[in-house]
Amino acid sequence: MKNQSLIDYTLHLADNALIIGHRNSEWCGHGPILEQDIAISNIALDLIGQARNLYQYAAELKGDHATEDSLAYLRDGWDFKNLLITELPNGDWAQTILRQFFFSTYQYFLYQQLQHSKDERLAAIAAKALKEVTYHLRWSSEWVIRLGDGTDESKQRMEKAVEELYAFTGEMFLPTDYEKELATNGISVGPESLKEKWTDKVRSVFEEATLASPFKENNSAWMQSGGKEGKHTEHLGFVLAEMQFLQRAYPGAEW
Amino acid sequence: MNKEWPLWEVFIRSRQGLDHKHAGSLHAADAAMAIENARDVYTRRMEGVSIWVVESKHIHASNPDDAGALYDPANDKAYRHPTFYDLPDELKHM
Repeated sequence: MKNQSLIDYTLHLADNALIIGHRNSEWCGHGPILEQDIAISNIALDLIGQARNLYQYAAELKGDHATEDSLAYLRDGWDFKNLLITELPNGDWAQTILRQFFFSTYQYFLYQQLQHSKDERLAAIAAKALKEVTYHLRWSSEWVIRLGDGTDESKQRMEKAVEELYAFTGEMFLPTDYEKELATNGISVGPESLKEKWTDKVRSVFEEATLASPFKENNSAWMQSGGKEGKHTEHLGFVLAEMQFLQRAYPGAEW
Repeated sequence: MNKEWPLWEVFIRSRQGLDHKHAGSLHAADAAMAIENARDVYTRRMEGVSIWVVESKHIHASNPDDAGALYDPANDKAYRHPTFYDLPDELKHM
């Protein structure tokens, strides 16, 4: 019997990793210096590797001749379940760093719990990915601190990035139906349970970075949402157009 | 103000028990960043278990022009090699 919720959840995790991985890969050859060009490209490769593991699993669950490639290259925008924050344009280095920091913090606490999932495959993928994500979090935290507590210009760029991105963080903790259903079986992680740890981590790094806390007293900030259920910003279409072009124009093309 | 980040020399130990070997150099703003950069640039293919970094300016090198005075005198001092001992047969790996 097919478990649609498990397929949806696995695709959601995979899409997150693929789309932010693709965004980071756009830095390849354009990083601010050689060493950071390699660092962000490494992170992109880690994330695309995670996406592959998850797509392979989703393809097995789905059957019907689905493959990791058909899931990545032949689905349309409304089929993608990634968080909106992952599809946003890179902006400047500060914006890319902050997006990675927000996302890695979320992924870190998520995988920490998901490695104990009752679904063995998801647990194994999470356990393997957690080591990579631990490094992504360490790297992006360092950069948030450097830029926030750096020069006037770097601080101002970080502040602008916070303004751009903060409204896209709330979606991480809004559970969808597929997450709710799987959480009761101990398969998924109820994302609302990650919010406190995520907030604490962001607060402590922001403090060290001498950045103003984005958190409002009564949690009243208005937040974007929809990505986890296929409602996306206009940016995803451009990501897919570039990423999927080859397989769309030359179906089945191989190296 | 100098906007270039300083140069660092990177030393990697590839396995427990071996010594650190010079792997190359890179740019970084400080030691913490140098270690992270070294991890990304020089340990991507499982090369390392430990990283040392040192700012290149702290390394003092011998002058190649002095090579004659520094090294040539050792050429004809074969007695400095421990090759004049009779080793017992039981002793291996010397």
